[in-house]
Amino acid sequence: MKLLNEYGIAFALLGAVLAALVPGIASAKAVSMGGVAGAGVITEDPAQFGKVLILQLLPGTQGIYGLLIAFITLSQIGVLGGSSDISFVKGLLYFAACLPIVIVGYSSAIKQAKAAVASINVVAKRPDQFGKAMIFPAMVETYAILALLISILAVNGVSGLNI
Amino acid sequence: MALQKMQRIYIYALKKDKDRILELLQRRGIIEVRNMLKEDKIFRREDIGHAKESSEKNVAAVSQALEILNSYVKENKSLLSSLKGRKELPEEVYASFGEKLESVVEIAKRIITLSKKIAEEKAELIRLQNQIEILKPWVNLDIPLNFKGTKHTAGFIGTLPKEWTLEEIYEKLAAYMPLDVEIISATKEQTCIFVLCTNTFKDNVFETLRAMDFILPSISLDKAPAEQLKDFEKQAEEIKGRINTYLEEMKSYDKSREDLYFLLDYETIRIEKYDVIGNLLQSKNVFIITGFIPEKDAKHIEEELTSKFDLAVEVTEPKKKDQVPVLYKNNGFCEPLEGIVNSFSPPGKGEIDPTMVMSLFYYMLFGLMLSDAGYGFLMAVGCAFALYKFRNTMERPMKNTLKMYLYCGISTIFWGIMFGSYFGDIFDVVGTTFFGVEKVPVIPPLWFFPVEKPMLMLTFCMAVGILHLLIGLAMKGYQAIKHKDYKSLVYDAVFWITLLISCVLLLLSMEMIKNILGINIELPAYAVKAAGILAIISAAGIILTNGRESKNPFKRILKGLYALYGISGYLSDVLSYSRLLALGLATGVIGSVINKMAAMTAGGIFGPVIFTVIVIIGHALNIGINALGAYVHTNRLQYVEFFGKFYEGGGTLFKPFGMHTKYYKIKE
Repeated sequence: MKLLNEYGIAFALLGAVLAALVPGIASAKAVSMGGVAGAGVITEDPAQFGKVLILQLLPGTQGIYGLLIAFITLSQIGVLGGSSDISFVKGLLYFAACLPIVIVGYSSAIKQAKAAVASINVVAKRPDQFGKAMIFPAMVETYAILALLISILAVNGVSGLNI
Repeated sequence: MALQKMQRIYIYALKKDKDRILELLQRRGIIEVRNMLKEDKIFRREDIGHAKESSEKNVAAVSQALEILNSYVKENKSLLSSLKGRKELPEEVYASFGEKLESVVEIAKRIITLSKKIAEEKAELIRLQNQIEILKPWVNLDIPLNFKGTKHTAGFIGTLPKEWTLEEIYEKLAAYMPLDVEIISATKEQTCIFVLCTNTFKDNVFETLRAMDFILPSISLDKAPAEQLKDFEKQAEEIKGRINTYLEEMKSYDKSREDLYFLLDYETIRIEKYDVIGNLLQSKNVFIITGFIPEKDAKHIEEELTSKFDLAVEVTEPKKKDQVPVLYKNNGFCEPLEGIVNSFSPPGKGEIDPTMVMSLFYYMLFGLMLSDAGYGFLMAVGCAFALYKFRNTMERPMKNTLKMYLYCGISTIFWGIMFGSYFGDIFDVVGTTFFGVEKVPVIPPLWFFPVEKPMLMLTFCMAVGILHLLIGLAMKGYQAIKHKDYKSLVYDAVFWITLLISCVLLLLSMEMIKNILGINIELPAYAVKAAGILAIISAAGIILTNGRESKNPFKRILKGLYALYGISGYLSDVLSYSRLLALGLATGVIGSVINKMAAMTAGGIFGPVIFTVIVIIGHALNIGINALGAYVHTNRLQYVEFFGKFYEGGGTLFKPFGMHTKYYKIKE
């Protein structure tokens, strides 16, 4: 067990790194999907740039949520300074706490990008319907936000556990 | 919280005053013209397609000309010009523009012709330059390229692929002597040759050359290449000169730009007028205008019209089946949010205007999501500055947008102070890295740090959510009262509000919930009991009444049960407000990450400089991405959670007959 305990920090760091990696990759892909669709609209109607940009950016937030969890975890486990004495169980718990944003962040970013691309097409044809078009991708984001919430609460909660 | 009351207006007037009356109405811009009467034998509508067409043609030509002009001569536009609004023009300019119209259209046409000419000349120039390129290898040849031979000789001018020496060529043609071969120029790619042979061997020589992949030059000219080259170059110079004069002329139209823009506006006004004329009922001497007018303006315009012209005005209440257009009546605090309501949908028939109620929550939710006093300060100051600087000329929609962000910014400052966030934790970081401050936080939050007590923050967010939803239901009740539909008031609003409140009370009395939320309230036993009873009564009420549109009692109960199942929807609605916490935390934590990164570089002489650069760039990015998030998700909470409870929309906005110009505003 003592030997295992030295690996606690490794699992915790793995969780944090995945939280930055996976949603980040997904958001990059998602934003590029929006960019491709948006560029097409701009060639036809450059005046829609502002609206299209907002829609393109919407699925970019998952990457930021991931970063957020990664950062909170890093500072909790002492990688950014302080003591890094993490037991094996605690390390695994940190890892698990990161999972919601890792998994939901990944899949929701891609799905949200699809909704965003569809909304960009709406703006191309009917720029006045921007307000409604914006809501569709935002609906998808709800689940990323819920996952973020659980990850925040879990990471914060784990740090208070005495195991 | 209201809409302007609309009335039907009918104006019966003499045709001789038609132009002046329409001019006046267009200037006032308070009547939306609609067809309300049918055509008959005497009163007919006029076909104005022809007149409109010439205006539309002008608009098309001028738009094209402006696009061309802008591509040749850059327009001087400052970054802030969109804030400035339309330029004001005195009325005389508008009135006298009719005389100038033709000349401006001519300028537009000339610009289009010029751009065509420039394009043609450029194409010609490219053709010439290609020929020059082809001719260049032949420059040492002193006979024309189309030389075919003399009486007794045959000449071949052309190219061989790859590099050839004189010997190699002679070797191939040795059988057909006498002949003369000259290499005009040779490169690795091709060798240009001139072969002269006797007429007897003409065909044999050609065959042999063909076998060597001999190709005739792609152009055939009467002059010697050197001479021809000079000609071409001269021509190219001439073309360039012509292009330059065209460009000069194009530049000279820079000063006509304003006229061109104004023509667009002028024709827009005319087209709008033609559209209205097309809707008028006209007899030989009389015409009738019908439409909607806000009640507050009806009296005034009636007086003005009757004092100036011989006509009759009739104002009546709108009929039941009328799709009355929507015009808002709101104060300065909630007016900025009309745009948000419109982008969902303007209030439909019989609906109340939700702007006022929405505005209270809109600013609050936005502030909670951004929740950083520094960011809020930047937003508020930026908007206030722009509003002040362009206070006289700024257009209304822009003004409203800026005002909305101003109020959102103020709310953000408030919540930032409550939660102790100033550009993340900039004061703490600057204090500890540069001034050795030990006591952090430098400015403690007025209430608490959400990062330290996330569950308390979550509880607060859900409480806000429940309040928001209850107000949505109350709005439904209010609407029912307005329509005197008291059944709906009790069944759809009161029952649900009671059920929700009693359920919340019951949940709060459970140990588990109390533990999760970390709150400690002891509800008196009788309150819990009362809540339980109320919950059962209201749930039963919902089951019995919410399927009331079905006559079949069995179906009715089933529908009622399904409606009660909608309570799970309320659960997800309330949970949806947890985004307030998540987005609020995101702003604060990313802000502190930026500060921490900056603090890592703070050592050394250049430390403070690098620190400042990182802080500025980092926070600029953070404010952008989080303000966007706050805007989008505030809208979502309003549209989905709040409007879902009582508001459908579906109305059309009031579009008065007026001067909807784009570039200039005509002064009265």
